[in-house]
Amino acid sequence: MPTLTLFLLISAALFCIGLLAALSRRHAIFILIGIEMMLAAANLNFIAFWRFGPQPQSPTGVMVAIFSIAIAAAEAAVGLALVIAVYRHYRTTSVDKFDQLKG
Amino acid sequence: MTSEFVDQIFVVAKHRLLLLLGGSPDWVIQIASSLLNIAAVLGVFLTLFALISVMERKILARIQNRYGPNRVGPFGLLQPVADGIKMLIKEDIVPIRADKVVHFLAPITMVASTILALGVIPYGRNMTPFAIDGGILFFFAVGSATELGVFMAGWGSNNKFSMLGAMRAIAQMVSYELPLIITVLPVIMIVGSLSPDAIVAAQDGYTLAGIVPRWFVFTPWGAAAFILFFVSGLVESNRTPFDVPEGESEIVAGHMTEYSGFKYAIFFMAEYFGMFAVSGLAVTLFLGGWHAPISALQFIPSYVWFFAKLAVLLFVFIWIRGTLPRMRVDHVMGFAWKFMLPMAFACILAAAVWHYQAHGLAGWLWSLGVVAIVYFGLSRLVDAKKRFAPRTYRFAE
Amino acid sequence: MSTAAFIVIAILTLAGALAAASLSKLIHAAFCLVVAFVGIAAFYFLLGAEFVGLVQVFIYVGAVAVLIVFTILLTRRADENTGGFNWGGVVIAIAVFSGLIWAILQTPALSIAAPQIEALTVKRIGEVLMTDYVWPLQCVGLLLTAALIGGLILVMEEKR
Repeated sequence: MPTLTLFLLISAALFCIGLLAALSRRHAIFILIGIEMMLAAANLNFIAFWRFGPQPQSPTGVMVAIFSIAIAAAEAAVGLALVIAVYRHYRTTSVDKFDQLKG
Repeated sequence: MTSEFVDQIFVVAKHRLLLLLGGSPDWVIQIASSLLNIAAVLGVFLTLFALISVMERKILARIQNRYGPNRVGPFGLLQPVADGIKMLIKEDIVPIRADKVVHFLAPITMVASTILALGVIPYGRNMTPFAIDGGILFFFAVGSATELGVFMAGWGSNNKFSMLGAMRAIAQMVSYELPLIITVLPVIMIVGSLSPDAIVAAQDGYTLAGIVPRWFVFTPWGAAAFILFFVSGLVESNRTPFDVPEGESEIVAGHMTEYSGFKYAIFFMAEYFGMFAVSGLAVTLFLGGWHAPISALQFIPSYVWFFAKLAVLLFVFIWIRGTLPRMRVDHVMGFAWKFMLPMAFACILAAAVWHYQAHGLAGWLWSLGVVAIVYFGLSRLVDAKKRFAPRTYRFAE
Repeated sequence: MSTAAFIVIAILTLAGALAAASLSKLIHAAFCLVVAFVGIAAFYFLLGAEFVGLVQVFIYVGAVAVLIVFTILLTRRADENTGGFNWGGVVIAIAVFSGLIWAILQTPALSIAAPQIEALTVKRIGEVLMTDYVWPLQCVGLLLTAALIGGLILVMEEKR
């Protein structure tokens, strides 16, 4: 079983790849993909700390991860509903064009 | 040749085979054991797939008052060989503007997820291929990956019929996943574990002097949950009367329109394996798994009982296909959300009532009351606006 | 053997995630995201949290990924340009990654091996959910109901 450092490196890499997708793309759904990836990477971090931590008998880490997955699903649903609703009005999903509140 | 020996013959054979690898390190033995399990499951179910494909055609034919295939082999039993050769030598046509990678991976995804689901079902005493603690959750988790396969098929074909058929198929599968999972909840609640082995072990024993087994289907909530689970399983495998996604008169072949030859055979196989998986899970959860129905017949090996019950359920699948017409797609959705979901919640309530009355006669009657009240209430509520014209018969003169 | 499994799963997950972030066709990115999620679920199995791994496959692959592909389908346009690539985002992501790696490698207390624990059964998780964590459970239920209703209201066709 590899050390904790390796698991943390993997989850940091996944988080930064999610950040990459969220920051460098213009399509709204790509940004949502990045956000989901960031959430999944943070969950992996929690579970890694739970496993290697001082009290692996208490299920706290697992509980946080389960609730976080549920919240991520709810947020994905609402976010995608928002994308569809905005697409109906603007006919585009490029976030550069959503600038009516600017200035 | 005692009955325990015949019962455990496959387990003993596998141990003997693994002893041949005696001195290898631990992980080699683990991998070899897993590979033997996988080979056994695949061998058994591929043979069963071939057999069921010809039996379905013959049973449907008999229901329709004709013979089925009876030319190839005795009683047509070698028909799958002819079908297999035909599928293999057909030209594999991929549309020019189709997304090649997605088009190729769609049937593989579907069949892989259904074969994975077959791995957690207990086929006999000590004969579960992969005994995971959360086996039932694993089954549903990989079952929900089938929807992605359907979408990949519809998208990758670059064809409007395929896309529409895929959307209908996914809408249907997602709607019926809820009743499928919620009807399993009463069983899990009563047993207290997600492991299929524990669920089968909880249905051990016989009441009433060894005649009536303690299967969950003989309780009111279990019978209602079994019927709901079976109907949801019919929908999940896209079988008639819910086969709008593949109805030839409506949407050509839905998401499978642009597939020919071996890829179509893989889709066909994925549908049948889905049927096997759902029937196997129904047998495990409600029909007592590999237990015998009467305590006097316990000398017959456990895997024989499992496959006998599986065969009965598959016969009912085929029987329903031959008897009922296709349902309209909005009726299918309305049925799921307005009737099956509240009925599934009522099953949970009835199971709780049964459990807290200490599994006795009072509990049986109370839970029967809950199920009956909810059923009649829902029938009144859902169907209240239909008025039918008086039926007139016209005969040929 | 678990080190070999770790390396294989890590390569698969990182490749899937990189493909999801950088492919130009949206639907291919969504399918590579599915591969990344399955890889993360495999990590959970490796770490001994099997229930979380199964829930991850069930919810992320079975629900969130299906939602994403459906939304891609419903917001398609004939001219399939998914916009340009913003290289400033790449710079920021690399900067954050270097910062995190520096922080992780600076901490020697993290190079510990896994202690031996007994497996956390689903029964124990259920017991804890209903006793210690019952209030968060109810709150998550309320949140999911609110998300469901909110999502439906957002997408419902307005009555003319």
